[in-house]
Amino acid sequence: MRKQQELAIEVRGVGRVYGDGAGQVTALSNIFLNIRQNEFFTLLGPSGCGKTTLLRLIAGFDFPTDGEILLYGEDIAPLPPFKRPVNTVFQNYALFPHMTVAQNIGFGLEMLGRPKTEIATRVEEMLALVHMEAMRNRKVMQISGGQQQRVALARALAPKPKVLLLDEPLSALDYKLRKEMQVELKRVQAETGITFIFVTHDQEEALAMSDRIAVMSHGEVRQVGAPWEIYDRPAERFVADFIGETNFLAADVISVDGPRIRVRLSNGSLLDATYPVDLMPEGKVTIVIRPEHAQLATPSSTAMLTGQIEDLTYLGTDTHIRVRLPDTSLFTIRQQNNRVGPIGFSAGDAVSLNISEGAAQILKD
Amino acid sequence: MTERTRQAASAAQKKEITNRWLLSAPALVLIAVASVGPLLIVLLYSVLAPGSYGDVKWELSGQGWFNVFLSRDIFDDTISLADAHVTILWRSAKLAVITTVLCLIVGFPTAYFIASRAPHNRSIWLFLITIPFWTNMLIRGFAIQEMIRNEGLANTILMKLGIISAPIQMLYTDFAILLGMVYVHLPLMVLPLYASLEKLDFRLVEAGYDLYATRLKVLWRIIIPLVKPGIIAGSILVFIPALSSYVIPRILGGGKNLMVGNLIELQFGQGRNWPLGAALSITLVIIVLFAMLYYVKNAGKTGGGHA
Repeated sequence: MRKQQELAIEVRGVGRVYGDGAGQVTALSNIFLNIRQNEFFTLLGPSGCGKTTLLRLIAGFDFPTDGEILLYGEDIAPLPPFKRPVNTVFQNYALFPHMTVAQNIGFGLEMLGRPKTEIATRVEEMLALVHMEAMRNRKVMQISGGQQQRVALARALAPKPKVLLLDEPLSALDYKLRKEMQVELKRVQAETGITFIFVTHDQEEALAMSDRIAVMSHGEVRQVGAPWEIYDRPAERFVADFIGETNFLAADVISVDGPRIRVRLSNGSLLDATYPVDLMPEGKVTIVIRPEHAQLATPSSTAMLTGQIEDLTYLGTDTHIRVRLPDTSLFTIRQQNNRVGPIGFSAGDAVSLNISEGAAQILKD
Repeated sequence: MTERTRQAASAAQKKEITNRWLLSAPALVLIAVASVGPLLIVLLYSVLAPGSYGDVKWELSGQGWFNVFLSRDIFDDTISLADAHVTILWRSAKLAVITTVLCLIVGFPTAYFIASRAPHNRSIWLFLITIPFWTNMLIRGFAIQEMIRNEGLANTILMKLGIISAPIQMLYTDFAILLGMVYVHLPLMVLPLYASLEKLDFRLVEAGYDLYATRLKVLWRIIIPLVKPGIIAGSILVFIPALSSYVIPRILGGGKNLMVGNLIELQFGQGRNWPLGAALSITLVIIVLFAMLYYVKNAGKTGGGHA
């Protein structure tokens, strides 16, 4: 069990406003985040949501107009980047083209004034960590994109930073290499035990790699939680919509029973739903159900929902089925093709839908 | 490959070579007529004898080259070093090097400033840099003269402020020449530096800061190595015209602080010694050539590839 009690980074009420007067742009407002030691923490959101701005504030390339950023309890917001024990893996690596791989990796330690022998040892360690020993004397222009990525990682890790910041480091790689580097990054993080703060707009990447995720939009943090919480228990429509495919259904709250709430759907069916901790649902609410948490069945009177199949899309591993509900809205189902051949339904069929136990979640908005 | 395709391929290759020569012909003709030709004429004149009223006598003579570095006493025919020429060449080289260094010191921050502006503002700053080019160099020289002469603007202001009691002699000194030369040649340094700095990936600067490099270290270890091509280009562009400056030392240096450009002009004018003038010109070309070879070779050793 990893020690996770201690906080590596505390972001307290941080805001960043650009310009003034009428042209004022708020990039971040009132951000609170606690990032634990040894955690793989991801800032996830669409472009322009402020995730990179937040990362740059932590790195020191930009300064907050509000709030403070604590690194192990010490406010680092006023420090220039070269005085913060924090290193960055840049989106396009930003390797120094006039230096070799080894010189790049040793640069941070050299700037810290470490003795030559120590630098040489550490560079070798780092080369071994990212499996780049054979490339040590190459110029960075002579190695591939994936190799540059490894060098960038090694360069940022060499000075043993307390926190490593990664700004969409995998976005320039092709699909296969990206998958490979995801595993690689997880391995390196586990081996070095350094806190990683990872920025991405790729929800799959975030779910695959993170211990916890902060979903951001419009300069605000929308939800923080483990990948499954973000996916299965989205707190609001933006989070549910941004991550994966979702069905939204209108419902009325019938009764509250501890962590479960009984709601009535528009067709009169009753359903148990979970809800965000900081919400006291009442009246009309929206619930969300993931496409893979519903199953198609032949029509029956006890079914939760009924409808007519609009279309089917065969995707190899899965089949996507869109069902037209009586209230004319569409409900998407993702069904795994766990048998050979077509799934046995076709467009126009009347069907009923069963919802998995605990699959419904009430949204804040 | 069959014999026929091979023949076709070799024919196509021959045709491409011919085409290449044809395409570069205009440039080659221009270089021959405008550069190599005149240089050969100067070289030829340098080994002829001087005519009595300028021009040359068409007979071979080593007199011109002899006089570049040596002089024969008119009375006792003893041969000694032509210290005047050596001094002037040395002064010229020294002033040209100082001009280049000063242009670099002033030009680098200027170029950095422009390159770090928002892209749509950069053209305005570049435009401002090039404005002095629109004015005749002679006029700009006289403008500086007006400002630094004993009764000029600078001395008047300094005296009014009570900083000095008597005017400082600035005009007709090396200071005046340097001031003029830096002013005139600065754009030639700023423009190539800007071209290099503009291509500089500023994320590399951030990466430097991130890896604990202070501002000075980032400048030395990252920015300067990466913009080296611009520094070399700018230095060459400034050094060569500075070495052969003529107008500025003439106006601001007065008659006594000659540079090699003035010396050469003297030989073709009042001196009426065209072979000596020609020999001095060739000497200047050789100095420039060696200076450039040395500079480029040394700069290339530590210089890095540019992304």
